[in-house]
Order: sequence, then C-alpha cells, then structure tokens
Amino acid sequence: MTIRPEYEDLTIGVVALQGSFAKHAFSMGKLGIKSRAVREPADLKLIDALILPGGESTTMTLLLENEGLWEPMNEALETLPVFGTCAGAILLGQQIDDERVRCFNKIDYKAERNAYGRQIESFSTALVIPSMLDHDFHAIFIRAPKFRDIKPNVMSLAVFGADPVLLRQGNVLVASFHPELTEDPGIHKYFVDEIVLKSR
Amino acid sequence: MTNELFEVKTGLAEMLKGGVIMDVTTPEQAKIAEQAGAVAVMALERIPADIRRDGGIARASDPKMIKEIQRAVSIPVMAKCRIGHFAEAQILEALEIDYIDESEVLTPADEANHIWKHDFKTPFVCGATNLAEALRRIGEGAALIRTKGEPGTGNIVEAVRHMRTINTEMANLSTMRTDELMAAAKKMGAPFHLVVQVAKTGKLPVPNFSAGGIATPADASLMMQLGAETIFVGSGIFKSENSEAMAKAIVQAATFYDKPDKLAEISEGLGKAMKGLDMVEIKPEDRMQDRGW
Repeated sequence: MTIRPEYEDLTIGVVALQGSFAKHAFSMGKLGIKSRAVREPADLKLIDALILPGGESTTMTLLLENEGLWEPMNEALETLPVFGTCAGAILLGQQIDDERVRCFNKIDYKAERNAYGRQIESFSTALVIPSMLDHDFHAIFIRAPKFRDIKPNVMSLAVFGADPVLLRQGNVLVASFHPELTEDPGIHKYFVDEIVLKSR
Repeated sequence: MTNELFEVKTGLAEMLKGGVIMDVTTPEQAKIAEQAGAVAVMALERIPADIRRDGGIARASDPKMIKEIQRAVSIPVMAKCRIGHFAEAQILEALEIDYIDESEVLTPADEANHIWKHDFKTPFVCGATNLAEALRRIGEGAALIRTKGEPGTGNIVEAVRHMRTINTEMANLSTMRTDELMAAAKKMGAPFHLVVQVAKTGKLPVPNFSAGGIATPADASLMMQLGAETIFVGSGIFKSENSEAMAKAIVQAATFYDKPDKLAEISEGLGKAMKGLDMVEIKPEDRMQDRGW
C-alpha cells in the first residue's frame, strides 16, 4: 500500500492507560500513520485526533481521573476528532446509570454495558458497511455494549440485527465492536480520511 | 455469526492488557478490586497463600460463591479448575465464567492429561514455566498464557525465571533455520506448527501475562518490563496491610510500569506488603509450579 502524502504529518493519539491501545497503534501503522500513546495531559497537545480503545470502562474511568486526564481530555474533545471502540464508545456517549463509569457526553446515546451477555456470548460476524467499504468487514464483538436512546442527529453506518453498531456524529466515530483486532484497517482509514483530514 | 473462533477467545485477553487481575474470595473483596481498577477478578474460595497453609485437596469453588461475585461486579469474572478436571471446567462454563484458569494452585486431577480446551466456548488461561509448556497448552486450546511463578509466596523469583526462560527460548527459535525447527520441536516436546509460528514472529501466538508471587507495584513493573502484558495478583493484595491502597497502586503500576518517577510516587506509604516465603522454606513436594507439565 502506498502511503498518502496527507498522512505524513498526522499523529493520532491513542489513550494508553489500559486495553487494546497497542492494537489501535498497529492499525494506524498499517496505513503508514504515526500514533502516540496518551498517558498524561501534555500528550493531548501533540496529536491531531484521539482514539479511545477497548478495555474495561471502569478501569479507564479510574485511571483517567487519577491521572488528571479526564478534564483536559474532555476539553480537548470539544474540537479533537475521536474514535472510540467498545469501552471507548461507552465513555464517549451520554452518562450511563452506573457510577463506576464517567462518560464524556460527546455523542448522543447511552451505552448499555455487556448488553449481549458475558464472554460466552461474544462472537464475530461479517458486517456490511456500504457507505465506507466495498467489502464485508470482519467484526469481533467482545462483551459488547449496545447503543440505547440514540438521537436522530446520530448517523448509523452499520447494523447487526436490529442494533446499530457503528455510529457517527460530527467528528465522533464509535464502534461497539473491535476494528483494532482485525487485519483490515478500513474503518481506521475512514476515520482518518473522512473525519480527521476533513476537520483540519 | 460464530463464537467458537479463537480470535473471540484471545480478544477478551486483548481487552485485559495493561491491567491487573485480582484474586478475590468474597463479593466485598470483588467490589474493592473493581473500585481499585482491576480489569477482572479471579473468584476462588481461598487465596493461594491460604491453600498452601491449610493443605488438603484444593478444588474448584462453590457455584454459589462464584455467582455472588458475578453479581457484585461488572468486570469479567474468572475462576479456576483443577488441571485435567474437565467436569469442573464444564460446570464453570455453565456458570458463564468469562475465563477459566486451569490452575496449578488447585490440586491436579489428572497427572497425564490437561483439558482439551478446544471443546469449550469459554476461553482458558494456563500457566507455563517455559516455552514448550506454553505451546503445549496453546496446542490444547489455551487462549492466554501466564507464568506460573510460585503462587502464594509473595516471592517474584520464580515468575522472573519463567518469563526469562520463555523469552530466551523464543529468541533462540527465531535465530534457527527452517530446516532446524522440526528437530527443535522434537527436543522441546512442543507442537511443530506452533514452534514454526514462534520462530517466525518471535512471540507467543496468544497474549502473555504474568502470575505467581507479585506483591508490590515494583514487582508488577518488573514483570511488565520483562514482557508481561497484564498482571495477575493473587495473595499480594488481600495479604497486605492495606489492601485497598495496594490494589490501587498495582493498577497504576501496570499502566506506568516504564516510568520510575511515577512508580516512586505510587509505591509511597503503602504499608507492609505480604510477608512472603523464601523458596528454600518450601519443600520440593509443596512446589505448585511443578504441577502439570
């Protein structure tokens, strides 16, 4: 794959407190895009967009708060394009009714944690994402959330059964599954081409 | 749609990376663990230090206790079965445990065979002391490997030995010519296709965690700098003077394992870590790491 010249001066921040952050950095690397681990507030000044990875939303909430990252990140997300997967998607939505998790209210839904059940209900499936890819996307769902109370201003890009699983609202992109676990960087590419580059 | 696929099993382990999995024996302890930032809890009746002290046969936990812990927390709940005891594993699967640990901490049920883990939808974690043992477990279907260390000792020396051994053996494989790998597999007693895979990639085909003797934030940092992607803490938390502070500190240490300044802050004023055991105090027949093969 040839690297697009527009990618050269981009740096995508990946919140690297816990979870699948290394996999997201690897997905960006496949596109020839640099990434930077975000573990303290100063890191937020050095990036063009942010990824909130999969992991445990309770653990991430605690680490974000303990490290003084929650407030600066909340502020940065007013303008910074962001992509959240699974736990990251839970955190980007409206505040859920669970005091163990603190949400950023950047996209209009409430996530229901572990909505498919425990690990034994985890699965993979082929998703059709017509506005994004000319091929099916192999999607891995791990103790995945469902998006509830989705407002009309939120665009659904893919569904599994009756449930929207890939959503966009302005500069915010979220997946209830894990594109970072798949070889195919197609969704990461969409995030960069359609959101990050167009917001500059 | 399918959920038998191996990637779904290793996928959960990917989500646990950079985190701490804590042994808990009650719903109250499970809540403390979750509030301290644990990415998962291991539900068991007695922590390894107490199993070691009490003696007798250590078996899988009472389903009632496991269910109470599942109800108490929202993070994944793991549980242990005896090595080779596939009926205990079937029961844990029926309870919808998120990960089954086929563990040397419990008394082995089969001296010859480990569980055929491909038969289960629930993913398995298994301990290993060297690369061949890790690859045999992966061959049987383990989706996650951890060092065995010496459980219940608060002594990191065995976990270090196991992690360094696995690293050295992987490095050795990656320097070999392809025509040497069959002989290597024969000598190691490991599945050939996995030997080839490690030789090519230089790493295990599943996530690589560490357990057995981790008692302080510095221990967690040490294991992660040696290549562990996540830390299991058994007795180290609830045998320490201030469990809540120790739990929180080890969680932070798993994130900032490569930042000594930060670790110095994290390690301050935690109270006494668990007392621990020197390896010379343990009789050879009491070594848990020698269970399984």
